[in-house]
Amino acid sequence: MSEQNKFWKSSRRIYRFLIVVCVLALVSGIVIFYLNYGDTDTDKNAENEYTTFSDDDPDRIEDGIHVRTGLVDAPGLQETVNNCTSCHSAKLVMQNRMGAERWHATIRWMQKTQNLWPLGENEAIIVDYLVTNYPPKSKGRRETLADVDWYELR
Amino acid sequence: MQRRKFVQKATLASMTALLGTDIVFGNTLPDHYLPLGLQDPDPFKMFNKNKEMVILNDKPWNIEAQAHLLDDKITPNSAMFIRNNGLVPEDLDATTWTLAFDGESVKQSKSYTIQELKSKFKTHTYQLTLECGGNGRSEFNPPANGNQWTIGAVSSAKWTGVRLRDVLEDVGVKPDAVYIGYHAADTHLSQNPNTEPISRGVPMSKAMQDETLLAFQMNGADIPLAHGYPLRLVAGGWPASVSGKWLNRISVRNIVHDGEKMDGDSYRVPCEPVAPGEEVEDEEMCIIESMPVKSLITYPKSGAMLKEGQSLNIRGHAWAGELEVAQMEYSIDFGATWKDCPIEKPVNRLAWQHFSAKIDFPKNGYYEVWARATDAKGVSQPMVLPGWNPKGYLNNACHRIAVKIG
Repeated sequence: MSEQNKFWKSSRRIYRFLIVVCVLALVSGIVIFYLNYGDTDTDKNAENEYTTFSDDDPDRIEDGIHVRTGLVDAPGLQETVNNCTSCHSAKLVMQNRMGAERWHATIRWMQKTQNLWPLGENEAIIVDYLVTNYPPKSKGRRETLADVDWYELR
Repeated sequence: MQRRKFVQKATLASMTALLGTDIVFGNTLPDHYLPLGLQDPDPFKMFNKNKEMVILNDKPWNIEAQAHLLDDKITPNSAMFIRNNGLVPEDLDATTWTLAFDGESVKQSKSYTIQELKSKFKTHTYQLTLECGGNGRSEFNPPANGNQWTIGAVSSAKWTGVRLRDVLEDVGVKPDAVYIGYHAADTHLSQNPNTEPISRGVPMSKAMQDETLLAFQMNGADIPLAHGYPLRLVAGGWPASVSGKWLNRISVRNIVHDGEKMDGDSYRVPCEPVAPGEEVEDEEMCIIESMPVKSLITYPKSGAMLKEGQSLNIRGHAWAGELEVAQMEYSIDFGATWKDCPIEKPVNRLAWQHFSAKIDFPKNGYYEVWARATDAKGVSQPMVLPGWNPKGYLNNACHRIAVKIG
């Protein structure tokens, strides 16, 4: 018998033993779990816990920001969220500062190459939302260093 | 109920893990097999990144370094930028992984396991600089769309693998071959299995260079998942998008490879210079090849305040695509005067080079230290933005840090 077969045979024995041990542990674990926590569904505590689990309302707005995506709450938000955040992150939308013409061109590019569906009437709503809330900034040929985090260097 | 189910699943999972992996298959399990929680909210932990790395995009993952995080001579994983075009593949197994060769210009289709690559061909290690073509995009005006990289989409790690050239010679390439194109295991954001997120390549001349590797190790260990485990094409000095991750197929083409992101505005710039914002026709765009000369001050971090009379030691790296950096200078007066500083030779071709200088400031006040590298052909970094292009590639403008004295 080769070394490998021996290894296999001995490990199978260990394997079988462990399966038995673990099945026992699993069964007793479940029993203990149900004995201890089986009734908590009706407790007030449980309700609190459940709110944390279901605390993912996809439309929640806080301080004017759509929590799930980080986009500004303004007319056109819903259309933008529905059409622009299912394939890529909203971060990509917010970083890009473009005028209407370039947004339309970018949408055409996404339709041509990235499987974006036809947007119909929503296209104008989305582009309005983007140019109003994320307008392009003129940066010139080189910007001044901004947001310098000053610290003492010894 | 949700919670109960969760506990049961978790119990089962941990037991299966105990049984299946640690004991029986412990010796064959790939190091990188993780039941990937790719939706894990902490990408720093998931990818082992420094907490100061900046997330530009989480779908797909795009994460960049800051200059001071890149101070190491050899970039560790913790500071290496991630640029993904699609979704990170899951459940990768290096033991069964194969790399196929096909295309119009192979004499025969052939495929290799990683073990076969390792045993059949000689292994080489090179330190290779990989910079995203769009590094610096955020500075272009009018703005260019895409991930708004600042300065941190560059790395220079040690890559170990076999030469693509050696494998191509074993496969057999017809004389009409002009390009190789890679294919990989990542998936398109739309989840459409018929669309590749990215499939780029290089001309044969680049494919046949000594330093162009089919790499299975980075910095002496398995390649981290986000950087292409278990196999990556690495072609230093060119836009990093050429270095395909999760590599499973190479097509040897008798035309310029026409894969995803080889056309349109992707990784292409106007063949002739255009005015900022100008519309450029498709046929007037040319594929980016070597990256331009560039440098970074990696120490100190911008914002250092020094006492009157205290001198400042700076250091950093410089690189020049296919070329070597021949000269390094710095200025503390916005380019009115420049001082030379020593630049080390690269450890090998296509590795970045290191510079350092000791600076004394003439009087108290606000300064900026600007760094400027010049390549072997005498071409330097511009102080202002270089030529505008529709997608904002190739920004190699001088890096600078702010300093206050007194």
